[in-house]
This record gives sequence, structure tokens and C-alpha cells, in this order.
Amino acid sequence: MSLPSSLSDWAPAPEGTDIGEIALRTRRRVIDMCMGRGQGYAGQGLALADLLAHLYFRVMRRRPDGSYLDRFVLSTGHSAIGLFAILGEIGLYEQEELRKYGQPGSRIEESPLEGTPGFEITGGSLGQGLSQAVGMALGERLHGTGANIYCLVSDGELQEGQIWEAAMSASHFRLGNLTVLVDNNNMQADGATADVMTVEPVVERFASFGFDASRIDGHDHAQLEKALPQGGAGRDRPQAVVLQTVPGKGVPTFERHHKVHYLRLDARTWQDAMAELETRRPKAEEGQ
Amino acid sequence: MTEAVMTSGSAVTATRPLSRAPLVDAPFATALVELGHERPELVVVSADLSKYTDVAPFAQAFPERFFQVGMAEQNLMGIAGGLAKTGFIPVAATYCVFATRRANDQVQMALSTGHRTAVIAAFLPGITTPFRASHQGNDDLAIMRAIPGMTVIDPMDATELASALRAAVDVPGPVYLRGLRGQVPEIIDPALEFVVGATRLLRDGPDVGFVGTGIGTSWALEAADMLATAGVSAAVLHVPTLKPFDSQAVGRYATRFRAVVTVENHSVIGALGSAVCEAVAELGTSCQVRRLGVPDRWADAGPLDYLRARMGLDAAGLATAASELIGGR
Repeated sequence: MSLPSSLSDWAPAPEGTDIGEIALRTRRRVIDMCMGRGQGYAGQGLALADLLAHLYFRVMRRRPDGSYLDRFVLSTGHSAIGLFAILGEIGLYEQEELRKYGQPGSRIEESPLEGTPGFEITGGSLGQGLSQAVGMALGERLHGTGANIYCLVSDGELQEGQIWEAAMSASHFRLGNLTVLVDNNNMQADGATADVMTVEPVVERFASFGFDASRIDGHDHAQLEKALPQGGAGRDRPQAVVLQTVPGKGVPTFERHHKVHYLRLDARTWQDAMAELETRRPKAEEGQ
Repeated sequence: MTEAVMTSGSAVTATRPLSRAPLVDAPFATALVELGHERPELVVVSADLSKYTDVAPFAQAFPERFFQVGMAEQNLMGIAGGLAKTGFIPVAATYCVFATRRANDQVQMALSTGHRTAVIAAFLPGITTPFRASHQGNDDLAIMRAIPGMTVIDPMDATELASALRAAVDVPGPVYLRGLRGQVPEIIDPALEFVVGATRLLRDGPDVGFVGTGIGTSWALEAADMLATAGVSAAVLHVPTLKPFDSQAVGRYATRFRAVVTVENHSVIGALGSAVCEAVAELGTSCQVRRLGVPDRWADAGPLDYLRARMGLDAAGLATAASELIGGR
């Protein structure tokens, strides 16, 4: 397969790379990671590539030594593939290792434990990440570091009661350094979120819990930039950004796939997916 | 396993006569405030029970390091986990039942999958509350013992409660510490340090061996004193740390007797009695074990003395069980 020059190797994204290009490179890593076993949570990884590119290359601030001052908390452990992919883009993992995604003995687990580089918490037992993000926001405020906490939850996860315990406490403590990002993909294990157990109206629900809440297109970089400015917005209360996302985004075949929650496909289909991705360069998307 | 000073040889740790043991007012609160002065990274999180878990004095002394999260134990444990991940040592205080049942997954995911220091201070252990199933923590030690990496401590008196808290904040992982609130008897010398994992021999005698944990050990001491008046010389080994469990020390102790009696303020399933059976069986020693504690049913309602008598955990009940076991009825 012939690749554009910027995608011809697996090195971390060079400084100054366009965000759309980083998102594409992240999607490429996601598909490459699934090719080894022919399966994985590619749909989630593809859906989050735009958000993660924006967070890790524009929003979260770095210390002089390159480590991040701001923290990203992944509550949706099954979306780890997306986080691993962006961590490949910042150079924390080599693609050679990321290809061992989900393989026995590999630390590139489908739902990793706390302590895996780049993973602040053990996600996957859904509903728990936001409470830990609240604890981190309190801790960073007490330390006086000025760090912001970004916590990713999913729409289905909002069915867990603990999310609302955490939301209540976030506004009670006036955690202006906390942003909850809702991956609103209308997809959960047993079907469409709207059919399994309605979570809408998500924006209004977070607003009623004391958040500055908004809804954006999770794949629109201009909207992402506006909703998530670098260094935060100097708020005195928590923020909720509901991201309308499309599982499998960037690979039209996957966007239409009825089992996009977990993809188990033959090698040819993964290769086709990679090819489909290549035809959807950022320039083409800008023209939509 | 720590081969601690406490377990060296057959040295007996001195205890005050139970009837003359002074009552210490809120020893947990005092120790917590002392530690708060020494350790600026210590924070306390409460779920609407600060007055009932003896953490209110800490909240008054260090308001910026106290977090009231309301009646939400799952959030309590999650927030404690987040604080631990930013370099603080959280003490999450609530009741045994809420810490281990309501928030069990949160304790496991937020506090136990990493290797960060955190203390779960859990009050109303066993039958120290009359409110039956909703409030009696009779299964907490069994539940916590099964969590990988969890240290589990059931202190006997005011000295151990304070010193175990002090030791807990230096354990590189989560610690489940059973708390005793209000006035707590001081049975052993307050100068004694707590060594996590170590056992204490409190009485020595050749006829029968008690093994106790928590306030169950003080019940065993009462029974040993009663047996002494009948000419039976009983030993009492106190095992405040259920995990890591010093199987070697317990096994060595058990080999000295035909039978040992375990005494705990907990269900007979899954905690001290089970751990002693496991230790004895794995060492291959021939020693009969009789497990005494809360039977496998919801305990009754009532004050502690009433409940102990109902379940054969008062001095007479324990002494009788021990006598029967060694054939001295």
C-alpha cells in the first residue's frame, strides 16, 4: 500500500502537524493495532481520534520536561485503543508494541489497569472515572498546580448512578478545573442507548447538576477548539462537553457496521478499512 | 512476612487487667489529628458520618484537608482514589457495611489496582451496633481479605487503633482498618508500636490456645481469666492483621495445642477462623480448630453484652467451648 509521505512511517507526529492530520494518523494506528488479532474496539478508537488529537496536541499543557501538567482520565476502559494510539503519536509507545493490542502477556490491553503508562485510572468498570477525576481536581487544587482534569465518559455510562454522585460533588466543590467529556455515540452493549435506557437530555441534565454544559460535533475541530481552549477557560464551576460522535468515524464501512461495538473481521477487511481511511484525508473533510 | 519484635520467642505482651483498663476518649480522632500535623499529605474524606466516625476533630483542625462528600460511598471511595493519585494519603471514613458492600467495586478499582497508600477507616465492626443486618459489619473482613494487595487490620484496643493508623499511612497500598469510636479501653501499653502483619502473645499456658482478633481478643482474655480460676491455663495469641496473615507464627502456636479456639467479632466464615484453618491445614499440623464468632445468620438486635451472650461469645460461653474441646467438661 502506498501511503502519503507524512503517513509513511510510524514515528510520533512531528511538531506543528495539523490536528486533522494527527487525527488521521491516530485512526491509522487504531486499525493497525487491530490487524494483529483481527479484532478490537476499533469503532471507539476511530470515534475518539479527533477529540484525543485535540486534547493531547492543543489543549493539555506540558511541563518543560515534556510530561503533561493536565490530566486525562479514561473512564471508558474499552476505549483504551484510542488512548494508546494517541500515546503512540506523542511517542510514549512504539507502534511495534501497540500492534500487540489485546495479545496475551502484552501491556497493550483492551481495558488496561492503572499504572499502564498514560493511564491514570483503571477504567472499564463503568461509572467510576468521574469520581476519581473529582478527587484529582480537588487534589490538584489543594496542591495549587493549576492543572486541569479531563474525564471521558460514555453516554451509556451515564446510566450508572455513581456518575451523578460525582457530578453533584463536582459542582458542590466548584471544580472549575474539571471537564467531563461525554462520548455520545448512542451505542452500548445491548443496542442503541436510546433504546436500552435513555440518557438524554444530557446537556440539560449536566446543566441542572451545576455544570457549564454544551453539545458539539465531536469530529469538528473548530467546535472542539472553541469548547476546549488550551489551559481551560478559567471557570469557577465544572464543564460538561457532550460530543456527538460516530462509532467507526473515518471508515465508512465501519460507520455502517451493525456490530461496530466490537469488530472481529478478516485481514482483507482491515486492509480495506486502512485504504478507506487514506481516501478520507483531512483536506477532503474540510470541504464538507 | 515480617518477623516482628512482637512475635519474638514466647515473650508475652503485658495487658492491663480488663476490669481496670482505662477508657480512652476517641483515640482514633486524637491519632488522626496528630498525624495531620505530622503529615501534610494526609487528607480525610467522609460520607456524612464525620461525627460518627471520629473524624470531626480532624475536619476542625484541617478544614482544607477535609472533604465532605455527602451520603455517597461509591463517590467517597472514587474521590479518595483520585486524591491518592495526586500524591495525597486519603483516609476514607465510613461504616464497615458501607465501605465493603455499597462501595466494594470502588474500593477495588479506585484504591486497590494501583499501589498507592490509602486508609479505609471502617467503624461499627461486627456486633458493636444494635442495628442488625443494615449496620453490623459481620462480613467485612472476609470481603476485604479477598482483595489482592489489601492490608486488613482489626485492632483490639485504643493503643492498637491509634498505632495501627500510624502504621497504615506508611503501607505502600490500601489498608482496611476497623475503627472503634467513642470511649475505647486501653489494654496494652500505649508506647507499643504496631507492626503490620505481626502477632502478639498476650497469655501463655499449656492447656488450650485461643487465637483472637479485634475486640474478639479481649473476649478471649476474659475467657482465659475465667478458665484460670478453674485451674485451666490458656494461651491467647492476638492476630490484629488478618492480611498479610502470619501463617508461620499462627501455625507454630497451633502445634503446641491439641485444639485452638478462634474468637472474632465477625462471621465465622472468611476471616480469622478461616485463616487459622488455612494456616494449620497448609502446615500439615494436627490441631483441631473451633471457630467462634457470629454464626452464619443475621445477628440479633441488642446491646453488645446481650448479643455476646446470645451467641456464646461472652466469657462463660467461650470458656465452656474451650473446656469441652479439651475434654475437661
